[in-house]
This record gives sequence, C-alpha cells and structure tokens, in this order.
Amino acid sequence: MGYKGESYDVIVVGAGHAGVEAGLASARMGAKTLMLTLNLDSVAFMPCNPSVGGPAKGIVVREIDALGGEMGRNIDKTHIQMRMLNTGKGPAVRALRAQADKVLYQSEMKKTLEQEENLTLLQGMVERLIVEDGVCKGVVTKTGAEYDAKAVILTTGTFLRGKIIIGDLSYESGPNNMQPSINLSYHLQELGFDMVRFKTGTPPRVNNKSIDYSKAEIQPGDEEPRAFSYETTKYITDQLPCWLTYTGEETHELINSNLHRSPMYSGMIEGTGPRYCPSIEDKIVRFNDKPRHQIFLEPEGRDTNEVYVQGLSTSLPEDLQRKILATIPGLEKAEMMRAGYAIEYDAIVPTQLWPSLETKRIQNLFTAGQLNGTSGYEEAAGQGIMAGINAARKVQDKEPVILDRSQAYIGVLIDDLVTKGTNEPYRLLTSRAEYRLLLRHDNADLRLTDLGYEIGFIKQERFDRFTKKKEQIEAEKKRLEKVIVKPTPEVQEKLRNAGVTELKDATSAATLLKRPEVTYGLLAQLGVGEEVSDEVAEQVEIQTKYAGYIEKQLQQVDRMKKMDEKKIPEDIDYFAIQGLANEAKQKLNEVRPLSIGQASRVSGVNPSDISILLVYIEQGKIARVGK
Amino acid sequence: MEHDTIAAISTPMGEGAIAIVRLSGDEAIKIADQLYRGKKKALKEVDSHTINYGHLIDPETNEVAEEVMVSVMKAPHTFTKEDIVEINCHGGLVSVNRVLQLVLRAGGRLAEPGEFTKRAFLNGRIDLSQAEAVIDLIRAKTDRAMNVALNQMEGRLSKLISTLRQELLETVAHVEVNIDYPEYDAEEMTHDLLLNKMKDVHHHIERILTTAKQGKILREGLSTVIVGRPNVGKSSLLNSLVHENKAIVTDVPGTTRDVIEEYVNVRGVPLRLVDTAGIRETEDIVERIGVERSRKVLKEADLILLVLNYSDELTHEDEQLFEAVKGMDVIVIVNKTDLPEKIDMDRVKEIAQEHPVVTTSLLKEEGVDQLEESISQLFFRGSLEAQDMTYVSNSRHIALLEQSKSTLEDAVSAIESGLPVDMAQIDITRTWELLGEIIGDTVSESLIDQLFSQFCLGK
Repeated sequence: MGYKGESYDVIVVGAGHAGVEAGLASARMGAKTLMLTLNLDSVAFMPCNPSVGGPAKGIVVREIDALGGEMGRNIDKTHIQMRMLNTGKGPAVRALRAQADKVLYQSEMKKTLEQEENLTLLQGMVERLIVEDGVCKGVVTKTGAEYDAKAVILTTGTFLRGKIIIGDLSYESGPNNMQPSINLSYHLQELGFDMVRFKTGTPPRVNNKSIDYSKAEIQPGDEEPRAFSYETTKYITDQLPCWLTYTGEETHELINSNLHRSPMYSGMIEGTGPRYCPSIEDKIVRFNDKPRHQIFLEPEGRDTNEVYVQGLSTSLPEDLQRKILATIPGLEKAEMMRAGYAIEYDAIVPTQLWPSLETKRIQNLFTAGQLNGTSGYEEAAGQGIMAGINAARKVQDKEPVILDRSQAYIGVLIDDLVTKGTNEPYRLLTSRAEYRLLLRHDNADLRLTDLGYEIGFIKQERFDRFTKKKEQIEAEKKRLEKVIVKPTPEVQEKLRNAGVTELKDATSAATLLKRPEVTYGLLAQLGVGEEVSDEVAEQVEIQTKYAGYIEKQLQQVDRMKKMDEKKIPEDIDYFAIQGLANEAKQKLNEVRPLSIGQASRVSGVNPSDISILLVYIEQGKIARVGK
Repeated sequence: MEHDTIAAISTPMGEGAIAIVRLSGDEAIKIADQLYRGKKKALKEVDSHTINYGHLIDPETNEVAEEVMVSVMKAPHTFTKEDIVEINCHGGLVSVNRVLQLVLRAGGRLAEPGEFTKRAFLNGRIDLSQAEAVIDLIRAKTDRAMNVALNQMEGRLSKLISTLRQELLETVAHVEVNIDYPEYDAEEMTHDLLLNKMKDVHHHIERILTTAKQGKILREGLSTVIVGRPNVGKSSLLNSLVHENKAIVTDVPGTTRDVIEEYVNVRGVPLRLVDTAGIRETEDIVERIGVERSRKVLKEADLILLVLNYSDELTHEDEQLFEAVKGMDVIVIVNKTDLPEKIDMDRVKEIAQEHPVVTTSLLKEEGVDQLEESISQLFFRGSLEAQDMTYVSNSRHIALLEQSKSTLEDAVSAIESGLPVDMAQIDITRTWELLGEIIGDTVSESLIDQLFSQFCLGK
C-alpha cells in the first residue's frame, strides 16, 4: 500500500514554532523543502500561554528576526498588547513581551508558509525515517507515502507518546487533545536514540464574560509603540489589558486537603516537570509559607472569550479545578471553558546532537524544539531556525553555522543542550548567559544581521539599512568624544533642571553621557546632540554609558574563545587518557565536545580533567591515545 | 600510557648537609639499580618505602662515585603515583651534580620545571590548589611555614573560599530572580541590601589578605633592616643573629650586587636580613647605597632593628632615624650596656613610643634572648600562633584575592553610583569566578600555563 512521493532537499516533520522556523529557513536558503504536520489547522499553535517573549526569551525572538526568521514579524502583526519588562534595570536585561492573539498568530504564520516559494505544506503523520548506512534519506507516513530527502528535521514537540493527565484520568494524546505520535517515538528508540520522559502542564481557560474584573488589578500594555522585528513599521495601538489577581488561604486549604487526588503526588505522573514552571499544587506544597500566589488573567485573542489563567497550571481533577477557580477573587463565578491538564511526552537526550543540531547517531537527521528537551515557543523557534539553516547548508555542502555563547542566547541555548544535556524541560533564563551585557534586546541586529546576510537570509535592502545604522552609531560615538561641553551658565542651569550634578570643568559629551543620570536626550537639550534616529541614539547611549562593563565582558569572551579555539581531535579516545576521572571519561565520550571550551562546560568534568586534556593536547600526546 | 623517567635535583641549590636527586617513572628503580651497590639487595628487591645505604658506582670507570642513602617508593603510593627513587647524597653542588649526571647517563631524562608536580597532578594525585601549595612546601624555610603549606593542602583555604563563593552565588541568584521573573512578588534585591552583602564579603576578603601578609612573611621571610649610626654595633648584631640561629640560606644575591640577603630563623620567625653585605663592609647603609635607595629599602622592610649606643648621647641623627621609620614595626636596641651609661633612657622610651626597647651587650652576649623574644612577639602577637589559622602563602592566591577585592569594590561603587543592580552583578559574578580560580573551580588556560611554569626544577 506504500507509494513513492516526491523528493525534497529538506523535510521538516512538524509545524509548531520550531518547525515553521526550520521550514522557512531551509526554503529561504534555496532548499526545496517539505513540511509535514499532523494537522494543517494547528500550524504555529500555542498550546499553553498566549504570549511571546519575556526575559531572555524576548531576546531570542529578536535574534531570530535579526537572522531573518519569522517569529518577531508574526507576533508584531498579531499581538493584543506589548510590554517592555525590566525597564528599571540595566539595558542587558530589558525584554519585550507580547500577548498574542493565538488564532491570528496561527493564521498569519500559515499564510506566510503558504506564500513561501520552495516550501510545500502537507498534512500527514510521519511514522518512520528512511535510514541507510547511518544516513537519513527520507520519511514514511502513516498512509504509506515515502518522501526522499537529503536531510530531515524532526520538530515533533510534545507529541511523541504524548499522554494527557487530569486527576485520575489519563489518555494518549498530543497537546489540546490532538492525536499523539506513537510509532515515531518507538522508531527513534529502535534507531538507538536515548529518550527521556518529560512533563509539562497548562492551566484552565475561563470565559471572559464570567470574570469580575473589579477585583483584579489592571495590567495594560505600554503606551509607547513596541515591536520585535527590525522590519516592523506598522504598530498596533489598540491593545487589550491583562489582569492580576491572587490565590488565597481558601485556595491553599482546598488544594492541601485534596492532594491525594493529584496525579503528581499519587505517583501517576512519571515524567520530570520543570522546576521553574510548577503547577499550583506544586507551588503550594513546596512553598507552603507563601500566603498567596499571583494569578494573571490573559485574553487568548480579540475574537474569543477564552482567558488564560496564568499561574494556575494544574493536573488536578476537573471538578476540583472548578472549585479552585471559585476561590480566587474575580473568578468566583468564572465559567471554565477548558480544563487544565498535565502532559507527558518523550524527548531526545540532547547530548546526542552536535552543536549544528544534527544527530551524532544518524547523519543528515536534525532535531529541534521541545523534542530536544526544551520548553517554550521561543526556545523551540530559536532551535528551529538553526536546524533549518544547518540542514540546508548540509544539503548545499557548506559548513554548519554555530552561534557561540557570546553571540546569541540561541548559542547559549544550543550549547547548553548539546553540552550539558538537561534533566528537566529546559527554559532559557538570562542567568544562563555569562555575557548577557553583550546579548541585549537592543543590539540583536548588530550581533546577527551580518551573519543573516552572509547565509543569504537577509535581503539586500534590509542589509543596506542596517549597514547605514551601524555607520551612524560609530560616527556619532566618535563625534561625542570630540565635542566639548563647557560649564556655561545655560549648561549648568539645564543640568540642574534635569537633576544632574553641575559640571566642574569642560568635559567631552561622551564623558558626560557616561553619568548614570545623563541621557542622549539631555545632550540634545544641551545643544550637542545630532539629528539621529532613536535607534541610533539608544545604541550610542548604551555603548557609551556602559563601555567599561562591555569592555570587561569582551575580555571574558576573548578568554572563552581561546578555549573554544583549542579543538579536540574527533577520534580522541578518552578512555585511554590516564588521570581523567572515570565520570569525566564517560561524559566526554558521550558528549564528544568539539573544543576544550565545550569540554569545560560538560557537567561532571572538573577543572583538573580539563587541565589534563589541555596538557595532553598541547603535548601532542593525542596521537598516542587516538584510536 | 607510558611515562618516561624523569630526574632532577630536588633540594635547593646551595650548600646543605645533604642533597637529593629524585627520579620518577616506570624505569626509576631500574635506572638507579644500574648505579647502586648495596650490601645485600638490589633496589628492585627491597621493600617499598625503605631507605637503603650503599654506594653509587660510575659504570664507565667502575669506581665509587658517591656514598648514598637511596629511598625506594613504589607506585601508586607516591607523590607522582609512579615509582619514585630518591638518592640522598652529600650536600654541595659538586657531588649532587655528579649524581644527577650519572642518573641522566643511565637513562633518566632531566625534568622540566614543575614536572614532578605536573605528573602528580595528571595522575590525579593532587588538585590545583594543592598543587600550588606544593610550591610553598619546598620554599618553606621554617617549620611553621611548613605547617601553613600543609594546612593549605588539606583544603582549609578551599573551604574558606568556598563559603564566600556560596554567599556571592546566593546574592547573585537573588538578583537573577528579579530579572527573570520581573512580575513575580519575590523580594526585590535592592541597592541597600546588595551593598550590605558586598561589604560583608569584602570585609572577609580583606581579612584573608591580612593573614595573607603573614603567610607571605612566613614563606619569604620577614624583610628586616638594621639601622643605626656608625659604630653602634650593627655588625655585631648581625653576626649575633646569624651565628646564634644558623643561617638557613646564605648569600642569596638580590637584583643588584648592592643588596645581599641572609635568612635566619628566630624562634620560628624567618628573618630576611637585607643589605647585610652593606653593613659588613661599611657599617652604614645610608652611606653605602645612598639616601634614596636606603629610604626605599626602609620602606619595603617588614621590621626595623634600630640600634642606639648606650654609651653615647642621643644625637640629632638618631632622632632623624626615628623619624624615618615612623609607622613601621620597629625594635629599638640600646647596645653596649657593658660601657658606662651616657644615653638618656627616659628620652629613648619617649621617642620609641609603643615600640619595644631592648638593652643589649652584644660583646658580652647579653640581652640577645630578650631581643629574640621581642621579634617573636611582634610577629605573632599571640593570636597568630593559633594552628587553625589559614594563611594564604602563595603569591598567585594573593593576587587573585587582591583582584577579587577590587572587583568587589567596583561592584560597591557601581551600586553606590546608582547603576542598575544587574550591572553590579557582573562584577559580583567576576569576583565569584576569581575566587573560583584560587581553588581551581573555574580553570582557565593561562592559569595552567602559569601554574606549571612557576614550579622550579626538581620539585
């Protein structure tokens, strides 16, 4: 009953947030690409919170955009509100977050996919891979279609052997009751992949009409227009607010007295859940001294009444979920439209991947997204774009593109995954980045647009605009070094009015700008500003004000790069190296790091192991221990 | 993996009663056996960890080259986890060099600087901070300094540093939670809160550094300068200290020929007597090396021994000397009590202020005990004698601590000037890394390079 379908350069399995970026990247780089999804109505579906961005994650969206990806552009067209977070803190940790119109987000993304040349969108369930001599050569669907490809990217999210759990009820299912993918998971195990069982969850949705908002605090979007994409010029001004309320004593008592009905505590759930996104029952057990927990009410879109109850993720039975909702101020009469649930799924142990996201076990097979053990739309999309780029480059016989830890949060994410692995669904945090002052929201274009252009992803017009911006920033920084501000009565008065300490002596505008309370806008008032765009002014201000800190981080990056430049021969036999701790031997053999830098980040490998490796490599003893 | 056998002289260069040539590697025992003639057994037959009397025979001439005691230590319970042979021979450059030459001719390879420790390190015998303490072990010039080095090897320093790092880590985590979860109601890590924590850690590092100074003194010796007018007995004092206490290291040349140092051990306090040649030749440091240089020598000194003449009135010059050493650790020695008193002792005590005053007759060897007691008291000040004191005695550790101190100061000034908390956090994280480098927790390549090049030959 099988039949032969068309042949492609790259096949992407899955059309979630990883899949769409992978498919678009591959197609945009000129590879003939097929995207297969279980259900064409669930392209770019958001099974959990209706938002994109936030600390670290928002910067990933900017990076995807700077490389030429779609997530930023898409959310700019489909959000209901945007907020810049951490504005009271430094520029490195500022982050944009958008509330999405879920349905609109999907349809916009689907439209983009459909319009993309080189890209075929097709509904179908992949059950097996065609693998010959350790090389992946295509896929086979449930209906018997065989599609040949030079490279395959798996982005199957939480569908692999997915299982939904609500109280004592459990059944095989993908997210939101979509059909799960069972056979592919077993097939991957047959191919020799180590799989791990993870768990995540989602809260109930309630009807907007049934919420008493007078008991909640309003959380409006920013008045200032915001956008993720460097290409966006049209801003949505009509925003919808979110709302904040809290659980209370009554909520906690109710949950505490019903813990026996929780599948988390009855032992029914075996998957490992993320620590940073606990269910409400988890929060109450683990932080029982906290009198209340925040609950954010987030509209799921403009044309729906469904409201996402953030902070109330749960796998408690449905009847109990209703009772819990009723204990929360504002939700006393809330009408539950969908119940919360926990979902268990299989993920690939990500240390089985090279930093290009190609699997070590099977050539030309790439994996990305939640399948690799991450959590979050942005993390998935960030991997998706890199897998798409690298699959296309592999097909085109080009070296993979690997972002390093000082270049992008995406680099941090992938390096962490393939080097350290993860024993819980992995979420990006700003603290995972050691060079976060370099990985800012504002400079994602400066970091990555050159690369996006070089790999043929960024169009000429945008690149020219970018180059011009870069030149203006440099010119303005230089100019400010030379312009002298004199302590004239007018200058002193303006400084006083702005709440800035007066000048003692004449000083360069750049030196003045270094003071924490001085902005580029103030320089303009003093008559030493230039007619530059806000974006240029922002860069000049940040780069000048924090020059000392940026310099410090760059020095650290230099040290890291030196370690990363020390390559480890591919055929190294760790077991033949005397003095390495046994744990280090095993870990290094598993991860097979490409450089000393990467090796030093492998967990379980301590500094003396690295010293030994260094000494061996430097002394050329590698030759002796090579296979 | 095979190890070739390395050899080196592992005792300090110079004249000593004995000297040791050490071999390490698979062939160590075989090589030694080619040279050794004992009464009964060959070295390969003796028990591990025994010392064996015998002679070394030069295989070329078949003549006895040296009378030796040979220690045999078999792997893995040795410093390098390899077979080790230590040949104890008569001290002095000539004989020890002859032994080394014999060993090298018999198949040993001359060790690179630090190679023994490197092997110990590579074979998993010691960790980084321990490896560095080994440097101090060999440099330890007194028993007390030896204890400090041993303490460090047992990880006392590591423990102290780990505690501080943990504190920093916890603070950083608190800052992070505010960043990654800006809307959640965790307590905000405010500038004030952060400032207090950082000042606390800063205070601890300063304290370690204070004791570090003592550690440095233990290792390098208390830099001591003898000053006084001509003919007050500086030379006698020097001779008395050196002869009473046996110089441990003699005539270590300084950077110029002008400054010659001698080490003496005064009740556990190693003194490094500076410019002894100057005193011996001209009796007048100022006259000999010029005013500017003598000021510099004085400024760098840890201890000043200021000598006055009991049998002469206090002069303007004496008072000027007091002025020059103001604020330093000074012991005033009033010498020549064998002659009639002409000095105004009340006036001496007045200008000496809190500094101890000792009267001596170096000619009659009187008062030397009191002087030594004063030196010992001045250094240890009672409390420092406690055995569980953690001295940092390694200059790389001290440099890292100084850097940590300064990055913490950067953090404090960032907080005070109102920069965002997450900026200050960069300095805090850097401090954490620097402290980590001391205990080898964040190894960098340059650290390894520096570590191994710092080891002297034969360790």
